[in-house]
Amino acid sequence: MAHAEDAEYANEPLEFQSAEGRNNILGFWIFIGAEFALFSTLFATYFVLVNRTVGGVSAGHLFALDLVLIMTFLLLTSSFTCGLAIHAMRSGKVKQMINWMILTLILGLGFVGFEIYEFWHYAHEGATLSTSAFWSAFFVLLGTHGLHVSVGIGWITLLLIQVKRRGFTPRTTSKVFIASLYWHFLDVIWIFIFTGVYLMGLGGL
Amino acid sequence: MKWDEFIITGDPLILGAQISILISGIGAVFVLTYFKKWKWLWDEWITSVDHKKLGIMYILIAILMFFRGGIDALMMRTQLAAPNMTFLDSLHYNEIFTTHGTIMIIFMAMPFLIGLMNVVVPLQIGARDVAFPFLNNLSFWTFVIGMGLFNISFIIGGSPSAGWTSYMPLASNELNPGPGQNYYLLGLQISGIGTLATGVNMMVTIFKMRAKGMKLFMMPMFTWTTLITSMIIVLAFPVLTIALAEMTFDRLFGTHFFNLTNGGMPMLWANLFWIWGHPEVYIVALPAFGIFSEIISTFSKKRLFGYNAMVYSIIAISVLSFLVWVHHFFTMGSGAVVNSFFSITTMAISIPTGVKIFNWLLTMHKGRISFTTPMLWSIAFIPNFVIGGVTGVMLAMAAADYQYHNTYFLVSHFHYVLIAATVFACFAGLIYWYPKMFGHKLNERIGKWFFWIFVAGFNICFFPQYFLGLDGMPRRINVYGVEDGWFALNFISTVGAFIMGLAFIILVYNIYYSFRYSPRETTGDSWDGRTLEWATSSAIPPHYNFAKVPEVTSMDAYWKMKEEGIDPNKIEKYEKIHMPSNTALPFVMGCFMFLVGFGLVFEWFWMGIVGGIGIFACMAFRSFDYNDGYYVSVEEIEETEKRAREAK
Repeated sequence: MAHAEDAEYANEPLEFQSAEGRNNILGFWIFIGAEFALFSTLFATYFVLVNRTVGGVSAGHLFALDLVLIMTFLLLTSSFTCGLAIHAMRSGKVKQMINWMILTLILGLGFVGFEIYEFWHYAHEGATLSTSAFWSAFFVLLGTHGLHVSVGIGWITLLLIQVKRRGFTPRTTSKVFIASLYWHFLDVIWIFIFTGVYLMGLGGL
Repeated sequence: MKWDEFIITGDPLILGAQISILISGIGAVFVLTYFKKWKWLWDEWITSVDHKKLGIMYILIAILMFFRGGIDALMMRTQLAAPNMTFLDSLHYNEIFTTHGTIMIIFMAMPFLIGLMNVVVPLQIGARDVAFPFLNNLSFWTFVIGMGLFNISFIIGGSPSAGWTSYMPLASNELNPGPGQNYYLLGLQISGIGTLATGVNMMVTIFKMRAKGMKLFMMPMFTWTTLITSMIIVLAFPVLTIALAEMTFDRLFGTHFFNLTNGGMPMLWANLFWIWGHPEVYIVALPAFGIFSEIISTFSKKRLFGYNAMVYSIIAISVLSFLVWVHHFFTMGSGAVVNSFFSITTMAISIPTGVKIFNWLLTMHKGRISFTTPMLWSIAFIPNFVIGGVTGVMLAMAAADYQYHNTYFLVSHFHYVLIAATVFACFAGLIYWYPKMFGHKLNERIGKWFFWIFVAGFNICFFPQYFLGLDGMPRRINVYGVEDGWFALNFISTVGAFIMGLAFIILVYNIYYSFRYSPRETTGDSWDGRTLEWATSSAIPPHYNFAKVPEVTSMDAYWKMKEEGIDPNKIEKYEKIHMPSNTALPFVMGCFMFLVGFGLVFEWFWMGIVGGIGIFACMAFRSFDYNDGYYVSVEEIEETEKRAREAK
């Protein structure tokens, strides 16, 4: 934990000013690399099993573009508001940052809500985890993403309490910055899901 | 589930194991209570975030697992010693080869090397600790929980029996009912999380915490291999995580990823498993190469020949390791084009590996070699590993593989590679860094007995297996007939296995003997070393590692200091040092992980949910924990350093 070189980072944003913050951010980027490998495996599974509905309900039957567009809109907008929150953080505005983050969380909750509705709806139409290999792959891929979003919501909520109590310090800002990286990452994964799962599914590919 | 199904009964071997576990458990509790060591155990070890202590605990458990996996091996070899043996029935034999493979790779080789990395890498790069000390402790406990969960399977509920590769549909509910396979899935899953965290931790440590002046191309070779290994871990382990999760879903929640019904695809498992599994081979091989590089250079009194070529070779190997997985199932119908591609990539790995072999040989060339025990292991590694490697190239030819696959030729090949590289390196590294960890060397004379007996036993055990394989003996069989004509070679092989078992006893005796009688070392530089770990005092260097972090101007930094007559321990004025505090949270999280794992194994979902809530509660608690660690005072550093100097 050498702090000798910290002086070189005095002009950087607050989250980069401590050695610990810099280590955590690099560590998290590496972790995101692992998360990419994780989701790649899920996508690989999905594409291998994509046509294996064994004559049962298929993607084209159930996917509804309007629902997916609403979810996409919610999540992409939340990434934008998350960016605004970090912008506010860089300008040192605690209250503004918290407000943008709360909006982000509300959008995220909306996304999760629609996803739960979607799963419930599919289950009623006769598509569950155990219907066929295709639906197993679908629910596990989407479920993993949805679980990540839910964890993100809980995580950022805890961080907002800490920022409220402590204000912006190298410690709190690096935590919030890392959570924002995570949030954008989930957005990127969603774009792959949107194209690879929904658009291709609706197109009957 | 009935009580007598829950606790396995009725098998004398398992009864014996249960009794010995009970006795040693009671013994441990008694000793700790009698000597009033509970607090010491908790404060100094269980909650410690000191990378050296965590490393030592990793190695300790790895040696225990070496014993357990070794007993499995001896039981298999006993069953195969002669035709028509009835020592183990087929189910029991299946369980034993499954646990032997899994334990030796996941719970012996990896933790042994991760233990050495933990002890050595921060010292080699002149760091005070790893980048994330809390996470390091958490990694250790996830590993212990995964290991524990896997190991209790054989007394509670029954061991997995589908092989360490757990091919579907053999590992499915239909063909493998009972909790055994669930133990495999959950045990590997939990310990895998810890391994991934270690990979991230090591990468950040090496990128960010090197001593001033140490460029990437001045890093010691073991640090380099740790870095590249960590990268492989970070990219390969998530594949295992998903594969295990999908199979867990198949078994517990009725999904159809790998089933034969409802569109599932068993080959998908084989692919995912080996996309992780082949890089895994290099996760345990590359650090071994690093260890040999350090030792050969130190005991040849020369800097490593072709350092840059070495680095580029390990990078090349790490890339290729992701491109060869299909060679594990050439015969499963991938087609000629796919097989050819993977045949060529597999053979390509022998090129950078060959470069490394020649570099080691040329490091020794014209060196002043001292034949210490670590050096003997390193020298023995080269021919034995080459035997394994050359037979590997034979197996890599897809067409020829149709002849060898699933025979003892293959078994012999991977034991030659893994034992000659990984196991030899574990022994070499343990002996080499032993004085750094414990302040005294292992006895060299007993060490040489250990070396010669083990290497002899190893070759007696596995060389005949090449011929058994060429004679057509399939692997994974538990019985053969007189008419097969495999008796003589099998018997020789079994004798070799028991000779290795004898060698293990000598190793354990050596640890005891050296603890009692070896002279204590005081200099810290036990072998006239070249790298920074030898620049600080020994017997677990103080928790802050270096009183003053050294500055580095070249490779083999400590050697250069010695040449220039600089004493890194001569410090005018000490400064206070910032260190992280101990923590009990990872241990508590580990207990909750155990609840999750154990609950899911028996499909007691309420228990899994309780454990899951506990884990998230711990994470939330950690998020609010703003403990900033503490400062080691100048007086304490002066005191510690003075004691180390006076001992001189």
